[in-house]
Amino acid sequence: MTKKRTPVAPDHYTQAFEQFVSNGAAQAPAWLRDTRASAIQRFADRGFPTTRQEEWRFTDVKPILRHGFVMASANDGRVTANDVRVHSIDPSIPSVVMVNGVFEPSLSEPAEGAGLSVMSLEQAVRESEELVRPHLMQHAQDATNPFVSLNAAFLQDGVFLHVKPQGAGAPIQLLHVFAADEGIPKVAHPRVLILVEAGASATVVEHYVTVGAGTTWTNGVTELVVRENARLDTYRIQDESVDAYHTASTWSWQERDSRLSNLVFGFGGAITRHDIVSELDGEGAESTLNGLSVLSGRQHVDYHTALDHAKPHCSSWEYFNGVFDDRARGVFNGRIKVRPGAQKTDAKQTNNNLLLSPLARADSQPQLEIYADDVKCTHGATLGPIDEAHLFYMQSRGLSREHAKLLLTYGFASEILNGVTLEPLRDHLDRKVRGRLQGEGEL
Amino acid sequence: MDRNDDPSASAAIDQHVQQPYKYGWSTDIESDLAPRGLNEDIIRLISEKKNEPEWMLEWRLKAFERWLTMKEPSWANIRYDPIDYQAIHYYAAPKQQKKLESLDEVDPKLIETFEKLGIPLEEQKRLTGVAVDAVFDSVSVATTFKAELAKHGVIFLPISEAIVEHPELVEKYLGSVVPRTDNFFAALNSAVFTDGSFVFVPKGVRCPLELSTYFRINATSTGQFERTLIVAEEGSHVSYLEGCSAPMRDENQLHAAVVELVALDDAQIKYSTIQNWYPGDETGSGGIYNFVTKRGRCAGRNSKISWTQVETGSAITWKYPSCMLEGDNSVGEFYSVAVTNNHQQADTGTKMVHMGKDTKSTIISKGISAGRSQNTYRGQVKIMKGAENARNYSQCDSMLIGDQCGAHTFPYIDVRNSTAIMEHEATTSKVGEDQIFYCQQRGLSEEDAVSLIVNGFCKEVFRELPMEFAVEATRLLGVSLEGSVG
Repeated sequence: MTKKRTPVAPDHYTQAFEQFVSNGAAQAPAWLRDTRASAIQRFADRGFPTTRQEEWRFTDVKPILRHGFVMASANDGRVTANDVRVHSIDPSIPSVVMVNGVFEPSLSEPAEGAGLSVMSLEQAVRESEELVRPHLMQHAQDATNPFVSLNAAFLQDGVFLHVKPQGAGAPIQLLHVFAADEGIPKVAHPRVLILVEAGASATVVEHYVTVGAGTTWTNGVTELVVRENARLDTYRIQDESVDAYHTASTWSWQERDSRLSNLVFGFGGAITRHDIVSELDGEGAESTLNGLSVLSGRQHVDYHTALDHAKPHCSSWEYFNGVFDDRARGVFNGRIKVRPGAQKTDAKQTNNNLLLSPLARADSQPQLEIYADDVKCTHGATLGPIDEAHLFYMQSRGLSREHAKLLLTYGFASEILNGVTLEPLRDHLDRKVRGRLQGEGEL
Repeated sequence: MDRNDDPSASAAIDQHVQQPYKYGWSTDIESDLAPRGLNEDIIRLISEKKNEPEWMLEWRLKAFERWLTMKEPSWANIRYDPIDYQAIHYYAAPKQQKKLESLDEVDPKLIETFEKLGIPLEEQKRLTGVAVDAVFDSVSVATTFKAELAKHGVIFLPISEAIVEHPELVEKYLGSVVPRTDNFFAALNSAVFTDGSFVFVPKGVRCPLELSTYFRINATSTGQFERTLIVAEEGSHVSYLEGCSAPMRDENQLHAAVVELVALDDAQIKYSTIQNWYPGDETGSGGIYNFVTKRGRCAGRNSKISWTQVETGSAITWKYPSCMLEGDNSVGEFYSVAVTNNHQQADTGTKMVHMGKDTKSTIISKGISAGRSQNTYRGQVKIMKGAENARNYSQCDSMLIGDQCGAHTFPYIDVRNSTAIMEHEATTSKVGEDQIFYCQQRGLSEEDAVSLIVNGFCKEVFRELPMEFAVEATRLLGVSLEGSVG
């Protein structure tokens, strides 16, 4: 992959789209076909973003364009039950498996109860149009992100979780497995829609992993709808191979007095760009958005987050920590928007970045955009190495410098890890973080 | 008690906010006007009027050539009708062209104008010992304390005179901080600038006086294109004050200034601004467009550049005083209060670029928005690879008065060196009803309470201002927001 290639033009994907619609995807209902057609049109009009665009200043997608990605097909048997077992967070949490963006019932464990229905998006579009259509692609906007258009254009399958008023009961994991192909760069466009009905509650873990070697590109979109008085706890773990490209968007929409907690963990990927937009569209809604990235090598991660306070009396808390070693680079863009009339908003945002190597780099853009006067909004950002005074303190108590560094870095990561209330997941993430930090010694 | 629900309280605040612009009038002095529009001939005319050397004209023409190919920037969080650059007079000068030595020779109307502003030259001269270079429109008409400055070897001249008298210095530094092609408005300024100040402080000299210039815009539809260049040689020190106030106008006026500062080894420059140009009326018509490029270069070791600004005027402000911290151990500071009211829009902030080792920067920004105004802080802190142990602290606070206004914070933080430490904090709040309650309970009127709180909010910036300006700053804040400020 070292030889220079000319970037792949957007045509590559518009042509792939022609093939896609004439090839099986044509069975979709007319409204879905129309949405796809207009999405590919918007993508063709705008093409891929460049660093000259404000929203993409710090993330150059050129490396993705060097490959002529081919649509990955559904599971051809290479992903086995054993792969699922290996990558599952914990056997106690039932897995719903998607392979290359396509729902795979044979590998999934039935997690359905009275309060939860899990189905492939294709089936949901056919059988539960009245539930799906008002939300699918209604929340995720593509104004500044052509990758969302691309996902919508290739929308065929994915997973639909419907949490009924009784509640989902036990936590559930959505395991997104990418089956890589040696030699052929593959792209998948996974799509997730979670609808939590009024008063219901659910805990969902989204987990992205790669099986096999090869260049992969995940271009996902997740839409979360949290109805009145409902509660949704989501976790998203991006643990694909370090060669993977990952572009994703998570859009949530909350009604009155709903609670959403979204914790995002980034470990894998060569280039990761994740847009997270939460719209608080009902009085008294609350949203928590926390994130942790632990990167090394030449990994690049870019979180673009927006908390959109559309109604009065909503609260949001955002806390992102990043640990960057070697030549890794982290980008954080966090926007708090308070719309006219959204009085009594309480929003707090924090972004801390720890640079462990002289060549690591971080960019932070915390932003406040406020159109109401009776609000409390703060943001804070820090960037820097481990505090010398802290190291000195620990060394003066007999710890080696390396061990002290490790301990302090782990402590920094723990600020986010401690927010994970799902115990098996917390253990899994803890092992993961320790494993990533433990290059130089025992923690 | 919710203050929004208390009619008397909101009426009191409204009253503070609705204060009309106190400094609006126009002085009748006949102007020497160039025809409207911009082309090479106008630039030649300006250059000729100023008796400029050939290289200066060429420099201007090159800037103009480049400007023609540039696009007006659109990324700022401001909105305005397109500007017709061909409808502006690019040169205006009061008729009286004779050189003056004493204030008695100055047009009495001009003196009167300054007196209305509360800054009589005579009194300032006597009481504060400030050398005042008064710029009335584009030509400098009075300069004081020249002899005192000359004794120390400090050069303080209108830039047009400096170009003639010290061409080697001007040629060396002009455009060295803000290149003529830096941005759309800087290129325009480079092509047509008519006046401004030039300050040169030689090695080891501590400038004995605070230098200040009052800029006023007076002729209808005259864009003012000020160019200021301050050079502080090794170990020198200078404090420069700039204050502005413009008469009331219906037509929008464009002001595109460029300020360049150069600090060599161990030198210090302190640049303070009070900007109170006509902000437009309550409906948002009229007012000054203030599109300024200000940048300082800490070229030497241990150099320091400090920007302090109090921005209360202008319909639109687009301004980012910056520091390029090239020298090791150099320091950049930015202290700002920006007040917007009615339909004013401000997109202002700073840029700190750390290049040298052990460089430090501090940013304190206070934004106050009232009425239907939009107040945006936009700042960049960039720590380059070589900037070992760089340190930045930024604090941006916004205060909102009324529910129709907006306050926005857009910081850009870019760190490329892991030894750098950078902190940023921002808050947005309204004048707390509990704070007002507390003050009232102790016998302060609501009006006094609000002004006390707003002034307290700005304290960190005001205390950075030179004494002479601190008083005026407090008064300006009062004019912009409140009735009386205690």
